[in-house]
Order: sequence, then structure tokens, then C-alpha cells
Amino acid sequence: MSAVIRFMRRPFANAVVAIILGFVVAAVILALAGFDPLATFATLFQGALGKPKYITNVIIKATPILLTGVGVAFAFQTGLFNIGAEGQYILGTVVATIVGVTFNFPAPIQVPLVILSGMLGGALLGAFIGFLKARFGIHEVITSIMCNWIMLYLCNFVVGSDAFHKPNSNTALPINVSGYTMVLPEWKVSDEGIAYLVARPWLRDILLKTDFNLGFVIAIAVAILMGVLLSRTKLGYELRAVGLNKDAARFAGIGVERSVVTCMLISGAICGLAGALNITGISPHTITLLSVQEGYGFNGLSVAFIAGCSTVGCIPASFLFSGLIYGGMTVQQMLGVPSEIISIMIGTIVFFTALPAMAPKIADWLERRRLTTKEA
Amino acid sequence: MEKGEMSRRSFLSAVAWSALALAGCGSMQGDEGAGEAAHRVEMVTNVGGINDQGFCQLSWAGLQRLRDEQGYEVSYIESKQDSDYASNLDKAIDYGAEFVWAIGFAMSDAVAFTAKINPDVNVGFGIVDANTSGAPNLTGVLFAAQEPSFVVGYIAGRCTKTNRVGFVGGISSDNIYAFEYGYVAGVTYAARELGHEITVDRQYAESFTDSAKGKSIAQKMFVAGADIVYHAAGGTGVGVIEAAQETDNFAIGVDLDQSYLAPNNVLTSAIKRVDQALVDLTPKLISGELAGGTDVILTLADGEYMGIPQNHEHMPEEVYQDALAVIEKIRTGEIVVPANEAEYETYLAQG
Repeated sequence: MSAVIRFMRRPFANAVVAIILGFVVAAVILALAGFDPLATFATLFQGALGKPKYITNVIIKATPILLTGVGVAFAFQTGLFNIGAEGQYILGTVVATIVGVTFNFPAPIQVPLVILSGMLGGALLGAFIGFLKARFGIHEVITSIMCNWIMLYLCNFVVGSDAFHKPNSNTALPINVSGYTMVLPEWKVSDEGIAYLVARPWLRDILLKTDFNLGFVIAIAVAILMGVLLSRTKLGYELRAVGLNKDAARFAGIGVERSVVTCMLISGAICGLAGALNITGISPHTITLLSVQEGYGFNGLSVAFIAGCSTVGCIPASFLFSGLIYGGMTVQQMLGVPSEIISIMIGTIVFFTALPAMAPKIADWLERRRLTTKEA
Repeated sequence: MEKGEMSRRSFLSAVAWSALALAGCGSMQGDEGAGEAAHRVEMVTNVGGINDQGFCQLSWAGLQRLRDEQGYEVSYIESKQDSDYASNLDKAIDYGAEFVWAIGFAMSDAVAFTAKINPDVNVGFGIVDANTSGAPNLTGVLFAAQEPSFVVGYIAGRCTKTNRVGFVGGISSDNIYAFEYGYVAGVTYAARELGHEITVDRQYAESFTDSAKGKSIAQKMFVAGADIVYHAAGGTGVGVIEAAQETDNFAIGVDLDQSYLAPNNVLTSAIKRVDQALVDLTPKLISGELAGGTDVILTLADGEYMGIPQNHEHMPEEVYQDALAVIEKIRTGEIVVPANEAEYETYLAQG
């Protein structure tokens, strides 16, 4: 029992409790709707982790939301609420596509060029939002939500433009193959590559059936790097100081305005990186006419909150999130359970993580209970 | 205090127990649904989702009929993002499906690739509304959409009082040009019959989902004097129908009988019965009666896959009968309907 109490006092206990509660709530709703919760959860796990290619897909789908999650968490730790992650993500995809279609250098130049230009797009948009806040005091939530829509329509404009529209489709032209970041992108889709892989089902599952790419290595590195930046460097200290108390930071000689812009610039760059990596790493390697925002930024918000706004915590949170979404499709496919149940679950988890005092309260309760039992 | 503590505790344990109890019930069922001989058919939707009031919904209705009438096992996977297409198609073949349908031309690249890398798996692929890539295990289902468009164009030409009608397209593409030129040719056919000119305003919204844009385009057309507007624009077209309702003019629906959206303002609809096509084609494709690797092009002559709804309360009986006669003429080949600009020029030249 004391081990449980000690666990409950750990910082990440809250997330664990929230996840358990998410499953409990989902179980109750499933049972009320006439589905078998245990079978549903079994299918969920099977659909997310049952085969090597499923795990690969979970990793692939975790990559962008890990990055947008880190972007949001980073901004949050410095006192800014970057709800514009979606827009910065979209701009990242748009700029990466434009650059990737326009230029065709050899891969060692093309790949960094495409990725960095996408990052730059996100960074500039983030910095613009930060500038509006620092210079004119316009709240970043308002400007960034507006920018989300502007970016959506900018994306649709680029898709529809003569220079980039792919005829007879609702997408833009895909970027040149030299910008792809999958493993062996050209060989695996060539005739001999397919012939080789079809004869080796295990390898085919991972290489050919998924867009196995190196984005997640970059994403994890960024998550760790941002954690180090915030906790171990002078810049990180200044940014956090501004977040904790703007006036005290100013009194201590920190340039608050510059700090706000810097923070949004970094946060936007990370979100733009998420977009660029999606363009280089996964099919269709281009942007599409968007009718609604696809949710990469907003899912990033959920990831950041499940992680308690710790950038490193975003790593497991994003895997959980993408596992739930990807596995949820199998639940729909096999059992006919509407995949909305997954949204309910994620919503519940985010709701309970928003109650930060929950786990310590449980610890207190357990301790009191132990004492009363002892007395008795 | 003590009492509050107790009740809270009992509440918590009650919740926990009921959750466990609920979790337990029904877990005995297992997978009794896995019938031995049943054919399993899957479909993957485009990002429009299963309730898109159009293509995906109709396709799913078709698969549901296969389930109810012929005992097939059917299920679907919804795509949320464009990047889901390939991984969803891949997932669709993992649980014993014999045939997988991809719905909508947005998925054509993804389905072609999936078919190509799965030559050994005993499963066929089909795509609605797109050409095949030549893979032997992939079948394309196309509708000669110009033909019903011609018929509704003829009706529009006969019913217009202002001698001005409109067309709103989704995204400029060969698919939608077929609707446009079929419709324009139908209007021309009626104009020749009546012996006067009828103007056709045409505009593309460059979106299949932006109903606000569809609405503003249609409003502009109605203000300019058109009194009937046909749309081939998916969700964008819902706005066209709204505009017709608000200005009390007529819209012409597409894909399914859209009169339920505005009963007094939908003149007729150019119907493409995707559901019927899937019901008829799926068993043939599974049994091998119909070989993969080809495109199935469904025309008016092929049966009840396309046409206009029987409900024709907003047009004179005479016009409806004439429209049926036009359908007959298309079936017999007396009228050859153009599907693009070049064919339309020849159609005009033939007089």
C-alpha cells in the first residue's frame, strides 16, 4: 500500500490515473451502448500493437502530434498558450510542399532544405503571433485562432493555384522524390524492390506497407532537446521566468517582449517541423484541399496536456494518443463500435489530467485510510 | 465528516464495481459473428466519412444490402486524413476480406499502390469513380455521368422560364467536366426542340465541401436571371440547394434524389446508384465472373444504375414523359452524349 501512496505522489501519477479513468468511463459507455468493453479493449490493443506494421504505423502517426505537442508544451511552460499549432503545422506543410516541388536537388541537400523551409514557415508565423502580443498586447489565443483559418485558406489557395495543382485531383503536386525521408524510398517502390519485398512478408509489412520514416527520431530528439533547453540553459531560464512572473522577470533585467517573440518562434518552428516531416515522410507527400482543420495541432494540445506540459512527457503521451486513434479504427472495423468512442476516451483522459490535484488527493485518502485501519 | 467520508468511499467502490460488472457482462459472446462461408467485404471511406450525404453513405448502404440480402459480412473504415488512405486500405485486408472497396477518386493513388504491393494476397480491390492503374487485382467503377446530366439538362431547358440556367461544379477535373458538358448538351437539345436560345452560366467552386461558396455562386446566378441551377459539387452543392430555397428558384440535385433537402425547390436529380452498382458487382468480382484489372463503365443502357427520380411534381407531366423518351434515345444510341469540351464541339457541329 505504501508503494501505491508513494507512486501517487509522483508527478506523472496524475496522468496514469487519468488514463485509467478514461478506460473506465469508456467501458461504462460501451456497456451502456451494448458493446462488450473487454472485447473492445482487446481489439483496440490488437489493432494498435498486434503486428509489427501496426506498431510502425503508431510510431508514424505519433510523430507529428509529438512535435506539435512539444511545441504547445514548450510555449505553455513559458506562459503562452499556443492554440495556433494547427496553423503553424499547416504553414509548415505548405512551405515544404512549395519548396519540395519547386527544387530538385540531390537528397542530401533537398531533404534538409525542405524540412528547414517548413520549419522556417512555422517559425515566422509563430514569431508574428508573438510579435503581435509583445508589441500590441493582442492575446495570442485570438491571433493564433485567426491564423489557423488564414493558413487553411492559404493552403487551399496553393492547392488550387495553377503552379501547384495536380490535375484531376484535390491535391497539390507531390514533392520531388529526392525530398522523401522514408527508408529506401525509391528502391522499395521499384519493380525489383517490390518483387524482393513481396517474397519477404515480414520486411514488406514494415517497409512497403507503411511509410516507415526517420521523422520520429528527429521528433524524440527535439522533445529531449527542448526539455534540456528549458531546464538547463540561460535562455530557458529566462523564458520560464517570463512565464512565471512577467513583472519580476522585467525587474530582473530580462527582455520580456523579446522573450515572448523568441518563445513563439521556437514553438512555431517545432509545429512547422511537424508539418514538413509529414510532407517528406508520409504519402501523399503533398497538401490537400482542406475542408476542416485536420487536427494535428489540436491533437498536439491534448498530447501536451496529457503530458502535463512536460516536453519529454509528450513522447509517451503521443504514442498513447496515436495508438488509441489507430487502434480505434480496428475497433470500428471488427466490432462495429463507432470510432467516436476513442474521442470520448481521449476527452475523458484530458479532462481528468486537467485536475492536477487528483493523484495527491488519492494518496492522502489512502494514507488516512491506512491510519484509521491501524487505529482500529 | 466521518459520514461524508464513508458515503464518498461507498460511492467510489460502487462505481468501480459497476464498471467491473458491466465489463464482465457480454464478454462471453466471443466472436460468434465469424460465419464460415460468409464472404467478407470491406470498404474504406474518403475523408468525407460514412455520413457524407453522398457517395460513401450510398456505398455503405449497398454493402448493408449485401449483408441483409445475401449474408455477406461487411464493415467499413473511415479515413480522417489523407495520409490514412494507404494504412486503412492495408488494414482492411488484414482480417480475411475477399474484396475491398475504396470510395472516391481521392483514393486512386493509394488503392493502386496497395493493389500493386499485394499481388499474392487473395483479395480484390475496387475503386469507385476512378480509373484503374492496370494492376490485375484492381477494378475501377465509373459512371457515364454525362448521360443523366444530359437528361436533367433537357428538363432544365424545358422548364426554364427565363431561358437562363446554371451549373456549379466541384473541382475542375475530367470527372466533373462530364457532368458539365452532358448538362450543357441536354440544355442545347431542349433549346433546339423549343427553337430558341438558352444561356448556361457555368462556374466551378474548386471545392467539394465548401457549401458557403456553393451558395454564393448559386445566388449570383439566380440574381443574374437563371431560374434553375444544377450542381455536381458534393457538399458544396448543399449550398446551391439552400440558395434555390431562399430565392425560391429550382436546384437540380446529384448522385441521389436530393429533394429531401428542399422538397419545394429541387426540380429533379441526376441519380448515380453507387449502392446498386456495388450490390451487383461485388459478388461477380469475388466469384471471378468479372475479372479484375479493368474498368467497369456503367451507362444508362446498363440498367437502373442511373436516371432521374420518379417524383416529378415540379414539372409538367409532358416534360417528364419527354425526358423518359430522351433516356430511351440515349439507351439506344440515338443520342450520343458528349463528356468533354471536344466531344461537345462535335455534338454541336452535328446539329
